[in-house]
Amino acid sequence: MYDWPILSVVTFLPLVGALLIVLMIRGDDEVAQRNARWVALWATLVTFIISLLLLVGFDPSGQEFQFVEHRPWLGEFAAYRMGVDGISLPFVLLTTLLMPMCILASWESIHVRVKEYMICFLVLETLMIGTFSALDLLQFYFFFEGGLIPMFLIIGIWGGKRRIYATFKFFLYTLAGSVLMMLAIMAMYWQAGTTDIAALLKFNFPAGMQTWLWLAFFASFAVKMPMWPVHTWLPDAHVEAPTAGSVILAGILLKMGGYGFLRFSLPMFPDASAYFAPMVFTLSVIAIIYTSLVALMQEDIKKLIAYSSVAHMGYVTMGIFTLTQEGIQGAVFQMVSHGFVSGALFLCVGVIYDRMHTREIAAYGGIVNRMPIYATVFMVFTMANVGLPGTSGFIGEFLPLLAVFGRNTWVALFATTGVILSAAYALWLYRRVVFGALEKDSLKGLTDVTPREMASLVPLLFFTILFGVWPQPILDACNVAVSTIVARADVAAGAVKAAALMLH
Amino acid sequence: MTLTLAALGPALPELLLAISAILLLLFGAFVGPRSTDTVNGLALAALFAALVLVILGPAQASLFNGAFQVDAYSRFLKVLALIGAGGALAMSVDWLKIEKQARFEYAILVLLSTLGMMMLISAGDLIALYIGLELMSLALYVIAANNRDSVRSTEAGLKYFVLGALSSGMFLYGASLIYGFTGSINFAQIAEVAREPSLGLIFGIVFTFAGLCFKVSAVPFHMWTPDVYEGAPTPVTTFFAAAPKIAAMAVFVRFALEALPHVAHQWQQIVVFVSIASMALGSFAAIGQRNLKRLMAYSSIGHMGFALVGLAAGTEQGVRGVLIYLTVYMAMTLGTFACILSMRRKDGMVENYDELAGLARTSPVKAFFLAALMFSLAGIPPLAGFLAKYYVFLAAIEAGMYTLAVIGVLTSVVGAFYYLRIVKVMYFDEPAPAFEPMPSELRAVLAVAGLFTLLFFVYPGPILSAAGAAARALF
Repeated sequence: MYDWPILSVVTFLPLVGALLIVLMIRGDDEVAQRNARWVALWATLVTFIISLLLLVGFDPSGQEFQFVEHRPWLGEFAAYRMGVDGISLPFVLLTTLLMPMCILASWESIHVRVKEYMICFLVLETLMIGTFSALDLLQFYFFFEGGLIPMFLIIGIWGGKRRIYATFKFFLYTLAGSVLMMLAIMAMYWQAGTTDIAALLKFNFPAGMQTWLWLAFFASFAVKMPMWPVHTWLPDAHVEAPTAGSVILAGILLKMGGYGFLRFSLPMFPDASAYFAPMVFTLSVIAIIYTSLVALMQEDIKKLIAYSSVAHMGYVTMGIFTLTQEGIQGAVFQMVSHGFVSGALFLCVGVIYDRMHTREIAAYGGIVNRMPIYATVFMVFTMANVGLPGTSGFIGEFLPLLAVFGRNTWVALFATTGVILSAAYALWLYRRVVFGALEKDSLKGLTDVTPREMASLVPLLFFTILFGVWPQPILDACNVAVSTIVARADVAAGAVKAAALMLH
Repeated sequence: MTLTLAALGPALPELLLAISAILLLLFGAFVGPRSTDTVNGLALAALFAALVLVILGPAQASLFNGAFQVDAYSRFLKVLALIGAGGALAMSVDWLKIEKQARFEYAILVLLSTLGMMMLISAGDLIALYIGLELMSLALYVIAANNRDSVRSTEAGLKYFVLGALSSGMFLYGASLIYGFTGSINFAQIAEVAREPSLGLIFGIVFTFAGLCFKVSAVPFHMWTPDVYEGAPTPVTTFFAAAPKIAAMAVFVRFALEALPHVAHQWQQIVVFVSIASMALGSFAAIGQRNLKRLMAYSSIGHMGFALVGLAAGTEQGVRGVLIYLTVYMAMTLGTFACILSMRRKDGMVENYDELAGLARTSPVKAFFLAALMFSLAGIPPLAGFLAKYYVFLAAIEAGMYTLAVIGVLTSVVGAFYYLRIVKVMYFDEPAPAFEPMPSELRAVLAVAGLFTLLFFVYPGPILSAAGAAARALF
């Protein structure tokens, strides 16, 4: 499409920004801090603008990966391969879009070690974009795992009171899941003789091997997603992380799990995916109901949103493992939508946290009197979180539910109760924080959102409503890629049926 | 067969080291304590010259009826051992002077020990192996007790000596059994005879392997390591961690694969057990350590366990993994010890890891490199430590050793905890008083080691292909 390696540029441009900060900015005074912020903002903005060229040049009807790059790297074992298809492109754009907002959200709330903070975020952006655009297993693993290091530092240095516990838990949980995936990657290499994802998508692994490979990948992605019962790191990490860290965590890092299922588990191990689908349904339904109930009882705003993220990811895993066109498209849509909505909710929490320095729900009440604009924005995102028609959250919940209804009515029934529960906890949260009489003295001096804060919220508001009424762009983008996955799953299901018939 | 001088060419680096050690000893003995600086400088020059000779020397040669082998494998490992020894010696000179432990014998003993390592790496029969092993070890026993007036240092030396002598005895006993049951001491000839396992041969294998496990400090023969690491002066510990482990691992691999390839089933079980036990102990036991030197001792036990995974696979791929692992391990060890050697306050050295508190703010560059080394030791991509682990486990998976691989990677997660804790102390905690400025040679070693671990993944080609060529030499 372009005669220059656009994906590599998009991926490594933030790293260049980080290097600029390292090399050009000395000292830790006011000027240095301001420069670091501006360099980071420009780096992420330019990255975003260049990534829009991907959207311009992307052909939604293309069957193959696009913007493909290939360079030798580790001899016969792995190469540097980049490329995107309709599944990864939305995530690349989501990442580049959310990053400038994260930098904006940290503009004033971060005032110690600003330089290091910006470097961590820029490095993290490179690793996240790389994760979504890598077309080589080992290279994917490099980006996927490498992201742990900056996130470990972000939570650990700029986090809240229990940050050390939270960041260790985050790191070790994710690492423990991922090392098994590393072994699976090696086994796949010895079986197929390549780590090229495009080639592996066409390779048929023996059925017995698929089971083990699927489980190894599942260990990694289920933790990352996170699925019940390995979700416990997420509330801790979310609560302790600085606002921008929570946004990235909820908006993008969680999506790596879902992306992994779509990129590896489903197309590479279709037999095992069909075999394990009931288990995933069970876990998803438990996640949806159980974590919604847990969310109801939270006293910390961030923790409540964190649990609601786990519940929403339950819809994603459920949608993915329906192995149908609408289910998987719905899952992709839900992930993108959740990236906007939960990111925005964490930004909203950040807005009042920066003023009051507490996340206790009980410390708020009646702030609509002082912050009318904030109350409106927060309401839209709360409604999107609930899944109100007209917001992107509705489409993201509706499509997976529709798909799962065709597979298993009981799963659909239980999962739908989650919609009611999510309305309960989200609206109750909104009522306790925003409505009511403004009685607390500490809240009386609150000021409404600043233009800088609006700048980070308005784009998300726009996309949440836009995709709520016009979901076509995302669904069209991933249409072809999803139908390829579904076709492979159908072949596998057909083979299973044929084998079953043979036995009878 | 008569030996002419020219035929000794392939052994030139060893001859150089031996002759310079003797000349420097005479020089030191005549001139007295004043000679320390000169001896140190000349010893470093000798190590460097030997390095050049190894690189320029013949690629393939066999001397003394096959007792001394020169091939791509020996060359790769000799380069590593010489860099490790040279780096450790360069870092120790100033330190010993400040601590008033400088003696001209130190550098000479390092030279002799390095000579032992090189003979060990090139050993082609059991006697050459034993001579190399003893030459290396005897010099090590002495320098462990280099700080003669310290109880802990002398205790470390004595402990090392007693246990080392025991292990040498075990090795010798095993070697004599192997000789008795195969009728040869030459690796290639042993391999021809030892096609079927016999009881005597198995006993021989067990005893020789026990001796070698002691030298690489693999569980259950690791007990000396934490005490010796902690008790010996820190530069000596640096040397212990970097060079002898590499040589011992080199001969372990060569002996197992050149002398006993047909009875691999017998020794693979031993290696698998030792490897799992080392990885597990290295990960769990280090959690409770506060002293950095002791922590690095357990860390090195764990890392030898990871390297042994490659040997357990017993394939060319596995040997290649071991070689890459040793290369990366040496860089990480030298870098980490450069940091430990620079933990000096006004009132002396400190060794506990909580003294590193807030290092990211007092000296950010040092903290950054040390953090990179810690992440690398933990095996997190994109750092070199990850690729090292990747290649050994790749071999294990190829050989179908899934249980070993799964246990191995899970213990690496446990081990990640204590490496992360050091990063946590440096980056998350409130700063402790700053250290004295870092001497330039430590700075240089830390920078080279840090950059190597950081950027290894960008262009690993040359090392990977050199390790591949070296591994092919054994098959």
